[in-house]
Amino acid sequence: MTRTMRTPEEIAALFTEKFGGEIGEVTVKEWAEGVKKTPIRSIWIRVSRDVFKDAVRCLVDIDYPHLGVISGADMGDEIELLYHMLIYFGERGQEINVTLAVLLPKSDLRIPTIADIIPGAVYSEREKQEMLGIEVVDIPDSRRLFLPPDFPEGVYPWRKDETGIREDMIKELWAVGRPTGRPAPPVAPKEEKKEESAPAGETPEQTEPAEPQKQPAAPEPEEVKNDE
Amino acid sequence: MSENRKKGASYNIPIGPVHPALKEPILFTFKMNGEMVEEVDFAPGECHRGIEWMGMRRNPVQIVHLTDRICGICGVSHSLAFARAVEQIAEIEVPERAHYVRTIIAEYERIQSHLLWAGVAAHELGFDTLFFLAWRVREESMDVIEYLTGNRVNYGIVQVGGVRRDFTEDQFPRIEASLKYYEDVAGKLLNLFLEDRTIQMRCKNTGVMSEKEALELCTVGPTARASGLAMDVRYDSPYAAYGDLDFTPVLPHQYLGLTNGDVYDRIVVRLLEVVQSVDLIRQCLENMPSGEVLWEKKYPKILAACKKATGEAVGRIEAPRGECLHYVRMDGNPNPQCWKVKASTYSNQMSWLNMLKGEQIADIPIVVASIDPCMSCTDRVAVVRGERTDILTKADLHRLSVEKTRRLAQWS
Repeated sequence: MTRTMRTPEEIAALFTEKFGGEIGEVTVKEWAEGVKKTPIRSIWIRVSRDVFKDAVRCLVDIDYPHLGVISGADMGDEIELLYHMLIYFGERGQEINVTLAVLLPKSDLRIPTIADIIPGAVYSEREKQEMLGIEVVDIPDSRRLFLPPDFPEGVYPWRKDETGIREDMIKELWAVGRPTGRPAPPVAPKEEKKEESAPAGETPEQTEPAEPQKQPAAPEPEEVKNDE
Repeated sequence: MSENRKKGASYNIPIGPVHPALKEPILFTFKMNGEMVEEVDFAPGECHRGIEWMGMRRNPVQIVHLTDRICGICGVSHSLAFARAVEQIAEIEVPERAHYVRTIIAEYERIQSHLLWAGVAAHELGFDTLFFLAWRVREESMDVIEYLTGNRVNYGIVQVGGVRRDFTEDQFPRIEASLKYYEDVAGKLLNLFLEDRTIQMRCKNTGVMSEKEALELCTVGPTARASGLAMDVRYDSPYAAYGDLDFTPVLPHQYLGLTNGDVYDRIVVRLLEVVQSVDLIRQCLENMPSGEVLWEKKYPKILAACKKATGEAVGRIEAPRGECLHYVRMDGNPNPQCWKVKASTYSNQMSWLNMLKGEQIADIPIVVASIDPCMSCTDRVAVVRGERTDILTKADLHRLSVEKTRRLAQWS
């Protein structure tokens, strides 16, 4: 792979030149750690939704990026999506973290998919749809990813407005208290141990058939039921 | 028993983001054609804990301890990535010695994680003697981690602005003894894993992923490197002490002369990284600067600095399984305005779709395990055969895998 290495400033200038007024603030940051203080460089670019996909294409032309993840923040009237992408990896200390941030007004939460450019992006896009309630236009797979099928529609866990997690969905651990009226814990019978060790198991798998034998010794499920 | 539980009181659990670095259950759906996998689908998210939701309601000093508990194996990766993000926002300068302490503990974590994985891989193939050996060897690193931090699992060593414990000179002989132990045993492990005919038969040309696919599917860590994609956060964006150390990313062609991107290559990369970690820890011990290990000893002052901070930053580190990324945005309030956690398996899961296509059912366990995900993944696998859906348990799959190994061993 032949790469033309550009500095973060050159890349920032390239974006400003190409998209002009369509991109907002461009920030180049540097951070260093260790004794030698090797610099770690990042560029933060705020782009408008209209040119967002072209901006991703532009980045692909510079160097095919690794998409770290897509972050999302509820800003009140808007939702901001941040695409954390990395270029120039594989060269010592040369990597640049390029973050493209897009603001979406809550009245129109649509963003084009980038899964046609970076196929792996669909995973993170699915997560953003369910967690923030945005709509990724033309997403190849629009199913939920992490939320269970019985999770209510129209509730988006990362939102901080009325569509976020409702008070009645939260179970505070401190409010649960200690359970009362529990039966005394069953004491494991000692003979069983000797029986188990007789057929010397060669794989952990063999311990599994032994499990049903244990169950009659622990009659807790039934007793718990009686309490209710 | 589980049915009884379902009938009990219903719970409302806030569902947050991914439980990132995981021992989580995953539902796979395979479309089969005879013994051959035609299509794969998976549904993660069976054990959400809403960690990010909780984090956005806590302050950074509290979150550091929450991040310790994201993963039971990467005890330091998440806290380190989070602390690095907050340090960048609040412009806290970590003392040089703390960078070295962080590096040493991160490398020990890599050793124990890779050996744990190697053992699991051996078990998936039905090679249980090797499984026990790998875990026996892993125990040495767990002992040292306990010796250094006081804990085997949740180390609780990283704090915003440095680390909470120093590694002192009188502890170095114990560290050195463990490094010697791993150097002595490395040759044996490499020989057992890589020269074994059965392992070669089961792993070579199984679960193949090309370099292009690895790049396009956003894979990270040893999974990406085994396909020949040179990508290692330690090398590309040298954080902590990695900028001072002499090393290059481990790629399979360094050992084999070529890259296949199969399960075998993933074993090669992980085992060689154990050897590399030993070298990195030794370099750290030799060059360790003196001084403080925490930016500010009084925690309320650290918290005050975090509360005042405004801005956003990404903290990335190379966890044993690959890139671990934390995005944090602070807006002058005690709690972060936004916190996104991305663990390595989050990025690697997409690669299963291609790797598993065309493989046999008996190869599913080792291919799934080869990206080093949660092992409970294979707990519930639904196989769609025509109209009928059979549920195979982990035990069934494991039996199929062991039978295949035995069959191959007989024929050869």
